[in-house]
Amino acid sequence: MDRANPYSTSARREMRAGLRDIAPVMIAALPIGMLFGAIAASKGMSPAEVALMSALVFAGGAQFAAIETWVHPAPIAALAFATFLINARHVLMGASLSPKVRMSRVQKLIAFYFITDEAWALSERRALEQPVTGAYWAAMAAALWGNWTLSSTLGAVLGSLLGDPERLGADFAFTALFIGLIAGFGRSRVTLVTVAVSAGVAALVHHFIGAPWHVASGALAGIAAAYLAASDEVRP
Amino acid sequence: MSLDTTTVLAILAMAVVTYITRIAGLFVADRLVLTGRAKAAFDAIPPAVLVAVIAPTALTTGWAEALAAAITAVAAFRLPLLATVAVGVVSVVALRNLL
Repeated sequence: MDRANPYSTSARREMRAGLRDIAPVMIAALPIGMLFGAIAASKGMSPAEVALMSALVFAGGAQFAAIETWVHPAPIAALAFATFLINARHVLMGASLSPKVRMSRVQKLIAFYFITDEAWALSERRALEQPVTGAYWAAMAAALWGNWTLSSTLGAVLGSLLGDPERLGADFAFTALFIGLIAGFGRSRVTLVTVAVSAGVAALVHHFIGAPWHVASGALAGIAAAYLAASDEVRP
Repeated sequence: MSLDTTTVLAILAMAVVTYITRIAGLFVADRLVLTGRAKAAFDAIPPAVLVAVIAPTALTTGWAEALAAAITAVAAFRLPLLATVAVGVVSVVALRNLL
């Protein structure tokens, strides 16, 4: 370890910052991963299949939706389409984050494999003050990916030993985590309008039409609301 | 360790679709130069997406979840992330027992 090398020092500092920021997310995601593995096992998936899915897909929302409707043999086209609808938000997230990260095109193609709501939200928040470095992103991505893959596999192995997740409130950890991340974007008038409209539309669409349509429709409504609300205060 | 062929194919399909959504933004972002209201709309993407994902659970599951979400939101502006999650989980368990 060459402590005099300024590059490695700053890289190490960036990695530490990444781990510090992602630590609370990892703790919150641990019971969620175990919950996913336990449900998947109860639907007939083997621990190896759970491990494979978590490692390769690495998208909690899409995986929960897939396992919710899991039948054997797996309906490949239907699962792929539902996955696309739920993960379509990644397109917006990637487009938003791309100019804020200090990486080459090839590095981004690798790094964005690890886009999650959480790592992305934390990076967006960090980008308000400084550029997001490769070291910062890599530390978060590796920690979260390992955490998710291991915890869901463990959940599949332990299965029913975990008991009823609702009794422990573990099912709400995901929601609480997201509320905490949303609060990180402040409470300007435009943000509050965005949140209110997105929440209202998503809840209504989920109630009357159903998952996974609520994600895309709520997000688009919130974005449109921000566009309209900003017209009063932002002069181009 | 058992792997079913159809299950593995479904997992691979989900993985490929997910990866495409993750990198598609890279090819869109290069063409975006935003100012004014368009920039405000673009900046609204993060909270809009996050809210849409959790809105059904938070708002339409039941009173316990809705109240716990409100309590969590109040805590979120005052506490660090992990404490916020703890407040949310504890309050939903308490409210489910009370209501």
